[in-house]
Amino acid sequence: MSNRIKPSSGVSVSGTRWTRLGNKLRRDWQLYLLLLLPIAFVFIFKYAAYPGLRIAFMNYRPARGFAGSEWVGLGIFEKIFRDADFLRALKNSLMFNFLDLLIGFPVPILLALLLNELRFRRFKRLSQTILYLPHFLSWVIIASVSYQVFKPDTGLLNVVMKNAGMIDKGIPFLTEKNHWAATYLLMAVWQNMGWGSIIYLAAMTGISPELYEAATVDGAGRMRRIWHVTLPGIRATMVTLLILNLGRVMGSNFERLSAFGNVNVREYQYQLAIYIYEKGLAGGNFSNATAVGLFQSLVGFLLVLSADRFAKSMGESGLI
Amino acid sequence: MSVNDAREPMLRQPRPGSLNRARLSDFVISAVILILCATCILPFFHIASKSVSSNTAVLAKSVYLLPKQINFDAYASIFRDGQLTHSMLYSILVTFLFTVIGMTVTICAAYPLSRSVLAGRRVFTTIILFTLYFSAGLIPEYLLYSRLGIINSMWVLVLPLAFSPYNMLIMRTYLETTIPESLYEAAYLDGASHYQMLARVTLPLSKPIMATLSLFYAVGRWNAYADARYFITRKALQPIQYLLSNMVLNSGSDAISLSEGAAVTSTPEVLQAATVMFATLPILLIYPFIQKHFVKGVMVGAVKG
Repeated sequence: MSNRIKPSSGVSVSGTRWTRLGNKLRRDWQLYLLLLLPIAFVFIFKYAAYPGLRIAFMNYRPARGFAGSEWVGLGIFEKIFRDADFLRALKNSLMFNFLDLLIGFPVPILLALLLNELRFRRFKRLSQTILYLPHFLSWVIIASVSYQVFKPDTGLLNVVMKNAGMIDKGIPFLTEKNHWAATYLLMAVWQNMGWGSIIYLAAMTGISPELYEAATVDGAGRMRRIWHVTLPGIRATMVTLLILNLGRVMGSNFERLSAFGNVNVREYQYQLAIYIYEKGLAGGNFSNATAVGLFQSLVGFLLVLSADRFAKSMGESGLI
Repeated sequence: MSVNDAREPMLRQPRPGSLNRARLSDFVISAVILILCATCILPFFHIASKSVSSNTAVLAKSVYLLPKQINFDAYASIFRDGQLTHSMLYSILVTFLFTVIGMTVTICAAYPLSRSVLAGRRVFTTIILFTLYFSAGLIPEYLLYSRLGIINSMWVLVLPLAFSPYNMLIMRTYLETTIPESLYEAAYLDGASHYQMLARVTLPLSKPIMATLSLFYAVGRWNAYADARYFITRKALQPIQYLLSNMVLNSGSDAISLSEGAAVTSTPEVLQAATVMFATLPILLIYPFIQKHFVKGVMVGAVKG
């Protein structure tokens, strides 16, 4: 609270404290009235869902409802951690999220460095506009584009390479699991690289031109200027974004997975969002799906909290 | 929007000795950027060309970047079939309602929370942001929505996601960093109420961020379809992206998701290309007008000051 009166100083002071709060309420009631709408929204559509989490501790039967289902304590969690499907989904999710981070994190930085070195302002502006575009397309559009470009016999890339005599048979970019993994990961990199570079370009505008001039006077070439001036200048942004992304390794995007999915690659495509949808909504096993969702939310939340702590302990501004 | 213009004059004068090397590296950098831009544009040229080419040319795999034997049969069958055009109009309605409601609620949250005079803003901010970091998950949400009676209605696509705490955070940071407290003080001395300050000071000064966030809300809603899969079974209430996702997922089995009875003369390949163009067009149309705002909006809002 922004009220800075010491609470331990006796009745009369706490009286003024309440009076002051009363005065503020009277003065700022319009602000509180405005806040009522967003607060109502989060309570009706978010907080009201939390009580439903109790079915992770019940043997929930939709037909019997909450009252008719029995409590089983942590029984559901014991069950899912012996469930081979869940363990496979968890392993795949962690593996692909880690790879997403490993490949997806450096690319926007490299792109921002390249864009920052471009001299022709028109060209730079135009290419930025073009590179941001994929960020605004849905996963299903991106998957459709991938199908049109990567299909083994009709995809553009395979047709071009076949006609050029580089390959005899189409490369199964989307239907063999390891090729699929690479395509799946690279399409996300492609989608996010332009948009992700904005924040680094913003950080680069904050670097003083004098540093570059000094480096040039000292005889530093382009690479050395990038290494000794630009990169240190965006270090704080890199650390913050890395930590933010680390907090996301438990995530799982249903749209991305389902748009790219097919029977041949199910071994890798089977990740947490697919598990929750198939077992829960489609399969009717509400308790298992809720338990997995709760596990996912809880671990994600702890990761974000500890990442934030870590950022603050390193002297960064933190995220929350 | 070009970043770092300030130091460009300096870069234009490389040291005489390194002139050739500087030119070479400039060339390499430009070439890499050009190739990356090509990967963002060429696939769409290819798909657009396919969508207006003849079936035979597409089946012969002779369509690359330019259309062959141009015809608009695929688009004609899209318009003949009621389902896709219906979904398109329905998606526009849903996106419009979603954006208006989302922006209203976001302003109602971001404006008070950006004012340092407000007592308790940390508590309110925490209440709102907590939902961003801890979600109840699919099943509890499903049970909640069915209790609220919005399963299988348009509102399940409009209301639950309409308020984005993330967008609120961007707007709040923008207001805090761009509108000086002295403006509010001056307005206060002139006897303005908080509503008048919002209408006369805050909103006129936050046009870039409002354009940006409206785009985020609109594009987010236009592109999402997982919630349609989860919460809606009636075909008439499905957004266009959902239909497209069915079409893509079924493309392996050659099934066409245009309703039966519509005379379909195009191959699935051409039809899918036309549908992709059809569903992407609204974004391609508004994108150039708003993009000059959003870079500025995102930069100021996202970089914590």
